[in-house]
Amino acid sequence: MIMRREILPLSIFLAFAVLPLLGDFGSDAFILSIVTRVMIFAIAAVSLDLILGYGALVSFGHAAFLGIGAYAVGILSAHGIREAAIQIPAALIVSALFALLTGAISLRTKGIYFIMITLAFGQMAYFFAVSLAAYGGDDGMTLPGRSLFFGYDIVQSERAFYFLVFACLIAVYVACRMIVTSRFGRVIRGARENPQRMEAIGFSLFAYQLTIYVIAGTLCGLAGFLLANQTQFVSPAYMTWQRSGELIVMVLLGGLGSLNGAILGAAAFLLLEEGLSHFTEYWKLYFGPFLVLVVLFARGGLMGGFKRLTGTDDGR
Amino acid sequence: MTIPMLELRHIRKNFGALNVTDDVSLTIPRHELHAMIGPNGAGKTTLIHQISGLLSSNSGTLLLNGEDITALDLPQRARKGIVRSFQITSILPHFSTLENVALAVQARSGSSFRFFGRADREAVLNDAALAALTEVGLRDRANLRAGLLSHGEKRQLELAIALAAQPSVLLLDEPLAGTGPEESAVLTDLLRRLKGRLTIVLIEHDMEAVFSLADRISVLVYGKIIATDTPQAIRDNPEVRTAYLGEETA
Repeated sequence: MIMRREILPLSIFLAFAVLPLLGDFGSDAFILSIVTRVMIFAIAAVSLDLILGYGALVSFGHAAFLGIGAYAVGILSAHGIREAAIQIPAALIVSALFALLTGAISLRTKGIYFIMITLAFGQMAYFFAVSLAAYGGDDGMTLPGRSLFFGYDIVQSERAFYFLVFACLIAVYVACRMIVTSRFGRVIRGARENPQRMEAIGFSLFAYQLTIYVIAGTLCGLAGFLLANQTQFVSPAYMTWQRSGELIVMVLLGGLGSLNGAILGAAAFLLLEEGLSHFTEYWKLYFGPFLVLVVLFARGGLMGGFKRLTGTDDGR
Repeated sequence: MTIPMLELRHIRKNFGALNVTDDVSLTIPRHELHAMIGPNGAGKTTLIHQISGLLSSNSGTLLLNGEDITALDLPQRARKGIVRSFQITSILPHFSTLENVALAVQARSGSSFRFFGRADREAVLNDAALAALTEVGLRDRANLRAGLLSHGEKRQLELAIALAAQPSVLLLDEPLAGTGPEESAVLTDLLRRLKGRLTIVLIEHDMEAVFSLADRISVLVYGKIIATDTPQAIRDNPEVRTAYLGEETA
């Protein structure tokens, strides 16, 4: 029997799975490409939810990892290396190292200082990318094409790329679900509720929090790799602090500390942005108040509302 | 000569010009229940903070079973076996009662850098946690969210958490605080059963409980220990009577 709480994630993934089969989007792959973008940002939001939702660590520099993943593709491509088997490990390793270095420093602070220092590191990454004159500097750079997989150009079509992103999203989601319910994840969740209690029974939290920070950064690096491939373009704009803020909004909109929520939040954010911008170029004027209303009245974001509707609210 | 379980040598703590802990030396043998009494503001809780590692000392040495642990922080000391409760109940309110305790078991049982396998289904952890809950009389509350427990039950839970962490030294900061007469009786019984199995340092304002439980009592006044002796001798000590007990009996 399927547990009631599994219905939502299964529905989400089923929807993503059947969408490309519903119709032949043909050359006008507009919808397909929007949903691909949703799934890429869902990966980024799920990774942020690990530290923001489960760890209660408000990182305001998460977009840096999107940028690092993207630049791994861009810089390697510029040198003629379009092989994903090289690009993906490079994106993940550089993201992990950046997370290890910045996390080791940031996690020595708490609260507002943690927010500020992660923001500062995010901005450092941004200005570093701007200064990369050889790789487009401020303007960014266009890629020669999508990455190759073992020499084969198999994700050139929007549909094939869609399924690649879909597979990545499932893998990231399943991995994160395992992590948050594991021994390690339980320590992270415990530290969110009462860090002093956790230390008093013998957990040195710094090591755990640094680990989750590195995991989150690495997974977001994967989203960066995919983002560069989708747009076939890399620019410092991927790592602006506004983008970090958008990722936080996605997680909040979906509901903190529920990986399903991060996916829903990313979808709601991007689809609303897309939908509203068709009606008016001042779409942010409507989007802002909407967010305020969600935060004020839908406690726990979309997931909070969903749980109240289905009666699966366990108070977490 | 046997090595004492816990030894404090010239421990000091000052906040600015205020000496909260003023050159405290104390030797506590294995399996003693040592009570710490003194008027409000005497520095009892500060001393517990210093022994547990929550606060660092300005000077002095702390030995656990002969080993110098002065440089260790709170979690490191907990792993060495110094486990504490808090004056203000400190639990994980959104975790189940069982998981609160299972986490303490987890802290002492293998690595917690395990990323796969559901922690809440690990029989090793849950069995030990259930045993600790049974010990404090909370077994039938195991699956309840800890935040929903009554105040007295939360204090019982805190004791279960501390016990599950397998302490060699248990520091209890007013475990009876805020409990009603019935809850207080349950907790006192529990402490009596623990007595003799662990080394316990107990801060408590309930004098009846203190004098019936303690092997020895230290009286702390303005950060100084003015007397350490058996309950009977403390009761008869004229200096203690004027400094502390006198205020209550007069």
